[in-house]
Amino acid sequence: MAKVLMKGNEAIGEAAIRAGCKNYFAYPITPQSEVAEYLAKRMPEVDGVFLQGESEVAVGYMIFGAAACGERVMTTSSSPGVSLMSEAISYIAAAQCPAVFVNIMRGGPGLGGILPSQGDYFQATKGGGHGDYHLLVLAPDGVQEAVEMTMKAFGLAEKYRGPVMILGDGLIGQMMEPVEFPDDLNTEPSNKNDWATSGMDTRKSDKRNLVRSLFLDPKELNDNNLALKAKYEQMKKEEVLYEGYNTDTDYKVLIVSYGTMSRVCKTSIDMMKQEGIDVGLLRPKSLFPFPEKAVFKAATKESCKSVISIEMSMGQMVEDVERCVKGQRKVDFYGECGGDIPTPEKIIEIIKALL
Amino acid sequence: MGKAFSTPKSMSDNYTHYCPGCTHGIAHRLVAEVIDELGIRGRTVGIAPVGCAVLAYNYLNCDFQEAAHGRAPAMATGMKRVRPDLIVFTYQGDGDLASIGMGEIIHAANRGEKFTTIFINNAIYGMTGGQMAPTTMPGQRATTAPLGRDTAQTGMPIRMANLLGELVTPGYVTRQALLNPKQINKAKKAIKKAFEYQVEGKCFSFVELISTCPTNWGLTPLDALKWAEDTLLPYYELGDYKVPE
Repeated sequence: MAKVLMKGNEAIGEAAIRAGCKNYFAYPITPQSEVAEYLAKRMPEVDGVFLQGESEVAVGYMIFGAAACGERVMTTSSSPGVSLMSEAISYIAAAQCPAVFVNIMRGGPGLGGILPSQGDYFQATKGGGHGDYHLLVLAPDGVQEAVEMTMKAFGLAEKYRGPVMILGDGLIGQMMEPVEFPDDLNTEPSNKNDWATSGMDTRKSDKRNLVRSLFLDPKELNDNNLALKAKYEQMKKEEVLYEGYNTDTDYKVLIVSYGTMSRVCKTSIDMMKQEGIDVGLLRPKSLFPFPEKAVFKAATKESCKSVISIEMSMGQMVEDVERCVKGQRKVDFYGECGGDIPTPEKIIEIIKALL
Repeated sequence: MGKAFSTPKSMSDNYTHYCPGCTHGIAHRLVAEVIDELGIRGRTVGIAPVGCAVLAYNYLNCDFQEAAHGRAPAMATGMKRVRPDLIVFTYQGDGDLASIGMGEIIHAANRGEKFTTIFINNAIYGMTGGQMAPTTMPGQRATTAPLGRDTAQTGMPIRMANLLGELVTPGYVTRQALLNPKQINKAKKAIKKAFEYQVEGKCFSFVELISTCPTNWGLTPLDALKWAEDTLLPYYELGDYKVPE
């Protein structure tokens, strides 16, 4: 298929439809409202469902109700909205229903700002809502990857019967880039007869299905949490995604960076290369599961003297980087989070100070 | 001779966890009978609330989802929108629906979502142990209102059926009671009508049921019925608040 020029938010909406998702519920919030505006037009064209809920709290549960029927469903929001949805996300994780959440991050805490940020790394990867659960979190670095990850997310949500999050930022949502929609990412929905509350008639048996998250018996609750943990362990084996950039060189410094920030880092790396300085980049594409082994391996390469996590936050992923490096190298951090994205020149200055 | 009385197919044979004299059992039974009579069990999905009825699925035998506090109408919306062929009902108490879930029920009703809500109003929080609800009567004692509800601080009890009846969007909104056999028969007719409107794809339907909570009211089951009759019914008037054309 030919490439089309699309805004990130609209491309994410189109990607959902191309992946076979015909159900979308959302509440407007900057900088991702264009997804809702796009799908308000597009869903009726494909006989899909578009509904603007009364709040992000309600939307979270509309997603839960629809997902519990086994239907493909998505919502999109931005940081403060995702905080409100986090209650439902905890229930959805506990009740083991597949659903796709997109967070086009803006600055926080509080109302923060409307400019791009990576301040929700903790919220996305460490829980967000209450209780023992994780989301599978994918972080695109541009519009094309946002499309591919969104399309892939539905299959992953069904494979693990749980919530999957696409963690982008305001820049990815707002910028326009040429994109291509791959056909092969429109996967067949998985069998849901065993668990979905789709009506007893659909199963042609007298077995009824129950979607719940209340387990008053301590053993039952422990067992449910063990089942969730087993999924997270499987994700760590099967879903780790990352990219190495300039890592086949004898770099002295390794940058760990994701999303929009990693693209700026790549520019800095190219500029330094022209000066004869090699710097490596390890870009996690899956934030949960985190590429633990890859980070350790890249950080402990003989030539590598130090590691720096560069983020559009005040230092969140750096904690995972430190965990993975296991004290084998010094781990530094640089970040800005007001909405101004660090420039390539600024990053070069920071890196040179480490050399 | 035919069987005169039996358990509805939509009810399972479990021992109840509800307290003696609680009217949840009656409400469950009426819902189950209506589901059986309409022959819709195979395409019905219930949504349990947070509160005493969180375990409603232990007694009502059809597909069931379990909501967070007050969010059942949002879940029902999601489900009904993606599967309009399903018959969806929420079963919620007054703490769940009239307090924490006020936003969800008002907006679902106002959108005219085509599901059914069974609303149990017993003027108190049951499962958490007798705390004050938005429906608690003036002067009524609760564990969080030990001297009785002070309306100067907490306002007057909310009348949900009256409130939803005021919405311009068409719907079926009625308040019934479960305090004596005559009322129970009328309540069943209302529940049946509510489900029928949904089967016809007509409108949102809401049945408020004045119920008892002897345990948290600190009354015997019989005294609880009398208290409800004397105290709740004059304030929560029975009848239809909105009927679709």
